[in-house]
Amino acid sequence: MSVEFLVASAIGALTAAGIYLTLRGRTFPVVLGIAMLSYAINAFLFSMGRLVVDQPPIYDPEAAGYTDPLPQALVLTAIVISFGMSALVVVLALRAYLESGSDHVDAEPKDQAMPRDGRHKGEGDAR
Amino acid sequence: MNLMIVPILVPAIIAALCLFRPIRLSRWARRLSLGSTLVILISALLLFLSARDGTISTYELGDWPAPFGIVMVLDRLSAMMVLLTSLLALAVLGHAVMTGLDRRGWHFHPLFQFQLLGLNGAFLTGDLFNLFVFFEVLLIASYGLMLHGQGAERLHAGVKYVVVNLVGSTLFLIAVGILYGVTGTLNMADMAQRVAEASPGDQPLIRAGAQLLMAVFALKAALLPLHLWLPQTYARTSAPVAALFAILTKVGVYSILRVTILIFGEDAGAVAWAPAGWMLPASILSIAAGFIGVLAARRMRVLSAFAVIGSTGTLLVAVSVFEPAATSAALYYLPHSTLAGAMLFLVTDLIVRGRSEGEDWLRPGAPFAGMAQLSALFLLAAIAMAGLPPLSGFIGKLLILDATAANHAAPWIWGAILGGTFLAILGLARAGSTLFWKSADGEMIPGAKALQPRVFVPAWGLFALLAALTVFAGPASDYAEATVQQIYDRGAYIDAVLGTDRSGS
Repeated sequence: MSVEFLVASAIGALTAAGIYLTLRGRTFPVVLGIAMLSYAINAFLFSMGRLVVDQPPIYDPEAAGYTDPLPQALVLTAIVISFGMSALVVVLALRAYLESGSDHVDAEPKDQAMPRDGRHKGEGDAR
Repeated sequence: MNLMIVPILVPAIIAALCLFRPIRLSRWARRLSLGSTLVILISALLLFLSARDGTISTYELGDWPAPFGIVMVLDRLSAMMVLLTSLLALAVLGHAVMTGLDRRGWHFHPLFQFQLLGLNGAFLTGDLFNLFVFFEVLLIASYGLMLHGQGAERLHAGVKYVVVNLVGSTLFLIAVGILYGVTGTLNMADMAQRVAEASPGDQPLIRAGAQLLMAVFALKAALLPLHLWLPQTYARTSAPVAALFAILTKVGVYSILRVTILIFGEDAGAVAWAPAGWMLPASILSIAAGFIGVLAARRMRVLSAFAVIGSTGTLLVAVSVFEPAATSAALYYLPHSTLAGAMLFLVTDLIVRGRSEGEDWLRPGAPFAGMAQLSALFLLAAIAMAGLPPLSGFIGKLLILDATAANHAAPWIWGAILGGTFLAILGLARAGSTLFWKSADGEMIPGAKALQPRVFVPAWGLFALLAALTVFAGPASDYAEATVQQIYDRGAYIDAVLGTDRSGS
């Protein structure tokens, strides 16, 4: 099997798993799904520079050819951003769970019916 | 032309300064934040003046030549967007400071500055991956701002907002990856050239990349059916933040305009105007969904959020026709739509603060202090939002109707815009009469604090901008027309970015 087939099927499997998990109803699978999606994207971006074996990305006087260095830089940026975002979404999901006691993505605070007394407070009074 | 970097560099430095503990806890955070916003406003004005004569100036970061390094590009469209952002930011920041919203958490000012950094960067960059990075900057700041003040409701809406936008960013990366893989460049001007020269075998991939990219921008612009995140997010966050977010949907609109016309424009062969086919019906449906939502809303912030969807839909109808006349009408309507949406949110916030226990349900309550002035403000904001004369919304809608009259979809466009306006009038009139007339009888809440007169200033300021847009409608639409000529003249943009006689560096 060629390297291309392996990389492509790995990206496909990761994306499929990511999409499935992102569509789940609880926040934990959703977070995992987003992590999977971001792994898939990292591999995808990397392979967009074409898969080259054993070639340097930067100048080397003895090199016969080069691999594209730009996707590697892009992947680095994407990794940093997705790592930070995963951390944020984990903390956010935890806080939402702790504050409302439900980790369902669709957990609705009871505001569908108009309350008789004004329970929904605003931001507080003007100074 | 190094002034171009000021709207990006200043907020970055000030945001970092505001994070320091001694500054964060003192009055200096406010002063620094206000000062930085003023500096950005002044530099935006200067940039606007310098771009007015039609020169496209570029600034190469680190002096790397254009297709290899990152380049900032300033033309009329970018200058207009940066100026609009800074005007809106000043009003919102003023409102947040005067109502004490910024004291309800530690990091309001740094987040606000990072938000400005992301917005200005997105408007000024000439590089597709850089656009992604600035999108991320503004989104990350918006996550923080959206959660500012906290509460269980806001956290739950925040989880959804963050997840939706993370998926959006993922799609953005896929699209950028595909386009880079096919064209081998990320510079927008360079990509425009390469897409025009692409071989037939590459065109399906470019097409896929283009559609994905447009889907992401449509998600930011809250185009139907990608609008579902918006009402909850805007209704659950604090109203001044939602007012600032009125420009976030316009980042999507700006990106659609810039990328489609430049890269996937008429020279692009088989991929030319790729998104136009589905964007027009989707934006017509957005108008319907937005203004029906206005009519159905039972909370004031939900009402304002749906009004933003409807108004952005109106804007996108004019954009998705992709004809110069319609685009110029859209560029006149764009600042109006932003300012009107923001004003509606600020007025909503003032009303919620004035009412008993700060409730934002649309139901009669006890009368409250400052009702007279608030009802006047609400009336003006409603007129602006619905697009009634004499304010600029009317002129903007008229321009859009006029520009689309010859289009094959004209009956649909006219029906949607006029029907949407009618629904908006009904919804806003119902809300206003419930809030002000039905509340007017009954007893005043004992001991209710009156709002200080100065908290009304930012909302009146936004109204003054709308009035200026109405009074100077002639020069404004001339500017929009000149802008459209400039952005449809792709050769000039490409020459300015890649050519040898660069005015920058």
